[in-house]
Amino acid sequence: MAEMALWEAVRRAHDEELANDPMVIVMGEDVGLAGGTYKATLGLYEKYGPERVIDTPISENSFTGLGIGASFLGVRPIIEIMSVNFAWLALDQIANTAAKVRYMSGGQLQAPVVIRSPGGVAHQLGAQHSARMEKVFMGIAGLRVVTPSNPRQAYGLLKSAVRCDDPVFINEHEYMYNLRGEVPDEEYFHPLEGSEVARPGRDVTLFGYNISVHWCLQAAERLAAEHGIDCEVVDLYALSPLDREGIARSVTRTHRAVIVEEAEAPCGVGAEVMAIIDEECFYELDAPPLRVSARNVPIPYNRTLERAAIPNADEVVAAVLHLLGK
Amino acid sequence: MRRDLIRQFLYDMLLARLFEQAAAEQYLQGRIGGFLHLYPGEEAVAVGTLRAADPGDYVVSTYREHVHALVRGTPPEAVMAELFGKATGCSRGYGGSMHLFDAERRFLGGYAIVGETFPVAIGVAYWLRLNEEPDVVLCYFGDGAVNQGTFHESLNMAALWKLPVLFVCENNRYQIGTEIHRHSAVPEVWRRACAYGMEGRRVDGMDVLAVHEATREALRHVREGKGPFLLECETYRFRGHSMADSGAYRSALEVAELRARDPLEGLRRRALAEGWLGEGEVAELERRARKAVQAAVRFAEQSPPPTELHRDVYAQPLDVYAPEIPARRAAP
Ligand SMILES: Cc1ncc(C[n+]2csc(CCOP(=O)(O)OP(=O)(O)O)c2C)c(N)n1
Ligand SMILES: [Mg+2]
Repeated sequence: MAEMALWEAVRRAHDEELANDPMVIVMGEDVGLAGGTYKATLGLYEKYGPERVIDTPISENSFTGLGIGASFLGVRPIIEIMSVNFAWLALDQIANTAAKVRYMSGGQLQAPVVIRSPGGVAHQLGAQHSARMEKVFMGIAGLRVVTPSNPRQAYGLLKSAVRCDDPVFINEHEYMYNLRGEVPDEEYFHPLEGSEVARPGRDVTLFGYNISVHWCLQAAERLAAEHGIDCEVVDLYALSPLDREGIARSVTRTHRAVIVEEAEAPCGVGAEVMAIIDEECFYELDAPPLRVSARNVPIPYNRTLERAAIPNADEVVAAVLHLLGK
Repeated sequence: MRRDLIRQFLYDMLLARLFEQAAAEQYLQGRIGGFLHLYPGEEAVAVGTLRAADPGDYVVSTYREHVHALVRGTPPEAVMAELFGKATGCSRGYGGSMHLFDAERRFLGGYAIVGETFPVAIGVAYWLRLNEEPDVVLCYFGDGAVNQGTFHESLNMAALWKLPVLFVCENNRYQIGTEIHRHSAVPEVWRRACAYGMEGRRVDGMDVLAVHEATREALRHVREGKGPFLLECETYRFRGHSMADSGAYRSALEVAELRARDPLEGLRRRALAEGWLGEGEVAELERRARKAVQAAVRFAEQSPPPTELHRDVYAQPLDVYAPEIPARRAAP
C-alpha cells in the first residue's frame, strides 16, 4: 500500500488504462499539454501523444458526443469535464445518446464512455461553479454513477469504469484532489455497485457519499466520544444503482438512519435512500429517517453564507442527537 | 475634444490596471476568494469599446469583467466590495468576481459559463427590437468561447433577425492553457461572421484609439439597423488565466514581446510625444486613479457582509423543500 493524493490516484488509473489498451483515449479542456486542471492527467500527453490525450476546444456537448460516437465502435474514451457545472452543457449527449443508445438500438450499439468531473462547493466559486449534479445523473436510466470518497476508490472506480460496457459518470470533488490515502500497489478494480461500511456501529446509520462521508466520520467520532453514541457510517460510492441490500442491511442492524448529502434535498440521494428504506425495511425503523442536506438556494459568494448553505459535521451531530431524542 | 478623450482613456486604463493590481494583492491576503480573472494587458478593449458606446447601450460580459463594470461607471468601491463578498458590493456579496451586476448602468452581468453571454445578449437585443429602442447590446467573449455551440446559434439568430448586437471578441490567444491554433480551425475569429452574412473585422486590441475608432464604425452599422457586427480585438493577458494559474504554458519570450506592446504604456507614451497631455497632467491622472483604488479597498474592508441566505431565490420567499436541521418534525 502506498499513500498518495487523490489526484495522483486518478492519474495512475489513467496511465495504467492508457497503457493497457490502445483504444483508451483521454479528452477534455487542458488535459494534455497543460497536464489537467487538477493534474489528473499530468505527463500523459508527453507519454501517449496528442492523438490519445486530446486537448479539446470549449465545446462540451460536442466533444462529449465525439467520445460517445467513437465508443460505439470500440474506443474507450475517458472524458474530463473540467467542472461539473459545464456538464449541464453536455447533458444532451450524455442523456439522449450515451444512456439510451443500447436500448433504442435494440442492443446493437453501446456507449462505453467514462465521464469524470469535479463538482461540489469549494472555495467561494459562486453560484455557477458550485453545482452538485449527482442527483441529475442518477435520474438517467442507462447511465451508471459512482463517486469516490478517497484515493483508493478514485483509482479503482476509474479502472473499473473504463472496462465497463455501460456509460459511467464519475462524480469527483473540487476540494478532495489533495486528500491523501492508501492505494494498493497492485492493480485494483473497485466494484461499480455496492457500498462500503466505513465505520461499523450499532445505534444509528449515517449514509454519506463523496465528501459527506468525511462529515459522517467526523460526526461519528464526536458522537462516540461526547455522547456514547455508536454510529455506523455507510459509504455510498455507487449512486446508480444504489445498494438497496446494503442500505437495508445496515438499517436492519441500527434501526435508525441519517442521510448526509452536500446537495440540496429535492430529488436527491437523501430522498432516494429514504424511499429505499421505506420499501425495503420500513418496519425495522425505530424513528423516521432524517436527511442533512444543503439549503435550497444557489450558492452565494460570501464565504460565511456559502458555508451556511451546505452541511457539515456539526449538523450531522445535531441531527443524530435529534433523532435519538437527546 | 480629442484631449478630453485621451485624458479619459488614460484615466480609465490607469484605474483598470491599478484596480486589478490591488485585487491581486487582496486575493493573496485572503480577502478575496474564488476564481479571480484579471485584465492587465487587455485594457484597451474594454476602454476603447465602451467609451465608444452610449450610456443607454446594454453590456453583457464574462467572468473577466471587473474593468467593463468600472468603465461603465460602476463605482470602484462597489466592485471591490463585491470581490470582498460584502453587502455593499454591486451584487450585494452574492455574486463575487465572476458575477458583477449593475442593472442601473445597464451592465447586465458577468457570466461564468463560457459561451453563455451570446444567448443572453441576443435576448436583450430582442427586447430592444420589440420596444423600438435605439440602443444596442455589447456582448463580450473570449477566443475560447467561439467554439461553443451558442456562438454559432446566436450569431445565426442575430443575423437572421438583424438584431442590434455588437459582438466583441477579446482574443487574447488562449483558452486557459490551450493556444488558439490548438483550439480553433479558423483562428481569425472575425472571419466567422461571413458564415452568417454578418459584417466583421479585426482590430489591434493593444491600441485603444484604434479600438475606439473601429467600435464607432461598427456601432454606426448596428444602430442603422443593418444587423449585428462581429469585432475581433487582438489582445493579450499579461498574467495567468486566473490567480490559480501561473501561465507556465507561454514562453517568456512571447510574454515579453507582448508586454512591450502594453496598451497603457503605449497610450501614455503617445500622449506625451504628441503633446496631447503634459507630464504633470499624466501624473495627476495616475494619482487620482491610485486614490480611487485605495478608497475602494478601504470601503470594501469596512463594509458589512450580507447576512440572509434565502433572499432573492424567488420573487417572493417560498418554502420549497427547505427542511432546516434538525428537521422540524418532532422526534418520536
Ligand atoms: C462551458 C464552460 N467550459 C469551461 C469553462 C472553464 N473555463 C473558464 S474560462 C475558460 C477559458 C476561456 O477562454 P476564452 O474564452 O478565450 O476567455 P479568456 O479567459 O481567455 O478571456 C475555460 C475553459 C467554463 N467556465 N465554462
Ligand atoms: Mg482567451
